[in-house]
Amino acid sequence: MGFPHQPHPRETTVLSKYFGDAEARTLDGWKKRGGYKALEKALGMAPADIVNIVKESGLRGRGGAGFPTGLKWSFMKPGDGKPHYLCCNADESEPGTFKDRECMRWTPHALIEGCAIGAYAIGAETAYIYIRGEFTEPLYWMEKAVKEAYAAGIIGKNAMGTGKRVDVHVHKGAGAYICGEETALMNSLEGRRGNPRIKPPFPAVSGVFGMPTTINNVETLIASAPILLNGADWYKKMCLSNPKSTGTKLFSVCGNVQRPGTYEVVMGFPFREFLYDLCGGPLHGRKFKAVIPGGASVPIQTMEEAEATLMDYEGFVEKGSMLGSGGVIVIDDAQPMVTVIARIARFFAHESCSQCTQCREGTAWTTKILERIRDGEGTMEDLDTLLDIAEQMTGKTICVLSDSCAVPVVSGIKKFRNEFEALIQGRRFHPVAAAVA
Amino acid sequence: MAEQKMVNLTIEGRQVSVPEGTTILEAAKTAGVLIPHYCYHPGLPVAGVCRMCLVEVEKAPKLAPSCATTVAEGQVVHVHNEKSLDARKGVLEMLLINHPLDCPICDQSGECELQDYTYQEGRADSRYREPKRFNPAEDFGGDVMYVPNRCILCTRCVRFMDDIAKEPTLNVSERGDRALIGKFEGRDMTHPWAANVIDLCPVGALLSKDFLNKARAWELDRAASICPNCTQGCNVIMETRENQIVRMRPRPNENVNAFFMCDWGRLNYRWMNEKNRVERPMVRDTNALVPTSWEAAITSAARVLNGKKVFVAASPMLSNESLFLLTQLMQDGNGAFRVREGEEAPLAGVKDLALRRERAANVYGAEKLGFKKTTDLLSGLGQGDVLLVAGEDLDGIDASALSRASAVVVINSVLPESAPNAAVVLPIANFSEEEGTVTNLRGRVQRFTQARQAPGETRPSWLVLGDLLGAMGRQTSFFLPSDVFAKLASTHKSFAGLSYDSIGLKGLPVVDAQSNGQNAPVAVGAA
Repeated sequence: MGFPHQPHPRETTVLSKYFGDAEARTLDGWKKRGGYKALEKALGMAPADIVNIVKESGLRGRGGAGFPTGLKWSFMKPGDGKPHYLCCNADESEPGTFKDRECMRWTPHALIEGCAIGAYAIGAETAYIYIRGEFTEPLYWMEKAVKEAYAAGIIGKNAMGTGKRVDVHVHKGAGAYICGEETALMNSLEGRRGNPRIKPPFPAVSGVFGMPTTINNVETLIASAPILLNGADWYKKMCLSNPKSTGTKLFSVCGNVQRPGTYEVVMGFPFREFLYDLCGGPLHGRKFKAVIPGGASVPIQTMEEAEATLMDYEGFVEKGSMLGSGGVIVIDDAQPMVTVIARIARFFAHESCSQCTQCREGTAWTTKILERIRDGEGTMEDLDTLLDIAEQMTGKTICVLSDSCAVPVVSGIKKFRNEFEALIQGRRFHPVAAAVA
Repeated sequence: MAEQKMVNLTIEGRQVSVPEGTTILEAAKTAGVLIPHYCYHPGLPVAGVCRMCLVEVEKAPKLAPSCATTVAEGQVVHVHNEKSLDARKGVLEMLLINHPLDCPICDQSGECELQDYTYQEGRADSRYREPKRFNPAEDFGGDVMYVPNRCILCTRCVRFMDDIAKEPTLNVSERGDRALIGKFEGRDMTHPWAANVIDLCPVGALLSKDFLNKARAWELDRAASICPNCTQGCNVIMETRENQIVRMRPRPNENVNAFFMCDWGRLNYRWMNEKNRVERPMVRDTNALVPTSWEAAITSAARVLNGKKVFVAASPMLSNESLFLLTQLMQDGNGAFRVREGEEAPLAGVKDLALRRERAANVYGAEKLGFKKTTDLLSGLGQGDVLLVAGEDLDGIDASALSRASAVVVINSVLPESAPNAAVVLPIANFSEEEGTVTNLRGRVQRFTQARQAPGETRPSWLVLGDLLGAMGRQTSFFLPSDVFAKLASTHKSFAGLSYDSIGLKGLPVVDAQSNGQNAPVAVGAA
């Protein structure tokens, strides 16, 4: 639901149904709301059958890449004689994204249930929930819930009395954006510096502690429970556009809108209605100018593009961006784009792990140029240089942080070149005045 | 060993066939193509971070880091096409934006891979208009100095300390463009092998304090040699400027020292430059040693030695050739040597590589040729024997022991203080001034070449000993040290079948050591 607001009638609340419901945080309250029924069902099934149902449902990774979850789970070969691990990526650090935070704050048991189902499905006995260092409140609730679940025998050596072992550990990160990258997360979990690893080997071959590992986003794992309970068909039918995108998706909305919050809609929902109806449209007297629909690392959309978008993996790509993590950042006509883009670049420059040359130097260089342009000291050549640096930063590094920094720069220059040129040519941009006029 | 599956691929239009599991970068070497790289080093675990070795593999969606990508059947790799070149240009520009461009005052200049590749294929100008990042230089302890502004964060040094020295000392501190190499609290680069990071550093970020500001790379003359400072026999390059050794660096040899040498051996070169040399042959005239001609000195020495029982006090620093000729001079006498000792210091990440306890180059060879290893050097010197001192300084030797000798002949590069009664003194070249072979502790015979000019009238030891044998009426015809070695190989079973040509610059084990498994290639990073 559009937490912290009342649920909007056009929302479909599967994962966010109990946001704001304090009782759902407790084990008893969660059970009363149908909790752990899916896990009970899962533990009575063959792991391969669970994988098949998830495959069939069309569930795709909600962390950003949108990789089919069932397919990912099927990479874990049973009976290879090695311990398997499940990692839950709760290092939600993408600027503009806070859906996983709400999931963990309000429905911690849903995540434990999802982790246990996922772990069992991939033949793992241990699941790690890697929580972002700054998430003190979600950490509090998760640790409390894990303790409760252990005490009730829901997880542990003899999960729900089935004789199957499912351990869930909560691990607190130290506050680095890059630790949300799956292989950096694994390094961090192992106690190393959180640097992304070269792939291959992929986590399914050599992940945490060198063992086969699957890593899933919080929302993905939570979604596995209702899929098991209600069946793949039920989930698959939740689709308003492209059949490759199924189910509901949480969108965290921030920026210049009337009602920022976490919304849950069925895949393929029209973005225009989402922005103007569910989120209440722009602030009084303002106009929307641009949207970054999937967290800071996806291309910026013009309103023209955004208003024509259907909200699913394919829909956002069609309209010049990506679904990403579902972190919708709304920018209105009072915001100078160069400032916005420079701020985003500064974030990536700060968070670059420094391994790869293009990222370490490129993110910082990009930031310096952008801030110079912002301060009215730019030249037209700077724009070419920026695009050239972005080209060097794209597709050439170990992970995609470098690409992520390049994306808003390229899309920003392409779509809002007039604002860059105005600053460079000395026509200071006065956005608020312009809006009022 | 199981037969290795071979993989066929095309690199820059050249067909190569390499064992399965080889990286594209190594495969390219077999095709004669050097893919520019910084963080990759064959002696270290792969990091894949500099992104310099990106190459285009046909049908792959992105450029591939050739150091971290293994070959696949039928791959077609482009190293010098526009796409790969453009990526390298990008990396080079980025590596230089915060670089101080202080080549004129940088020790690495002339042997700097950043400089080389920038000249080869970098941009002529920079588009960087912003202030450069600055961090002050830091003393890392040991022989190592760190200049962060020149650092490209390839992490070779970090990986060496972690995975080869197995004493984690260095790390990457900070993130983003603030990152620099840091030292763990309370740690210093005092590990006995730490200075290898200086050689590993592809740029001028890690420098030798010992070599600092001594010479520009292009002023150096280089000679392939063997470190004479212990029995490991690390392959080295002796570098001289104006005939002075100013630096020793490891020369790769997978059977001996991989890519490394210890700090003690590396820094222990000054004795070879020493000026307190005996530079002319001398013969005793009543109470004093008087300089004379080589012919006269050799004749005198032959007269002293001929027909006498000779005891040779030899040095384990002498080459196989000289030691062999000494055994020919002994007639029915005998010989002994002593060796200086120190603490053994292994390099944990490389099998069978250590700074050895015995601190001389040719202990194995001396023993093999019949010299007795002893702590009491002159115990075998009989009453009335002629004492032939060869390369020994006789430090700490009791004069009363010397008095048992009927006469003393000294063949050395310095005049031993405790042998004032020498009848003849024949000045010879030291280790760095002549050519020869030494045998390391695993029985590997290795050649060393001449790095310096010998001073004054000194001559190579093998030449002096050959002449002496001739003057004593033996048939000799040694024009080159290889002639002496050929004679040694035909005389001694252990050296049978070896020749200078077959030994080459990588060495070969003596017959007895060929099957004991101790000369197998060392596995770097294993263990």
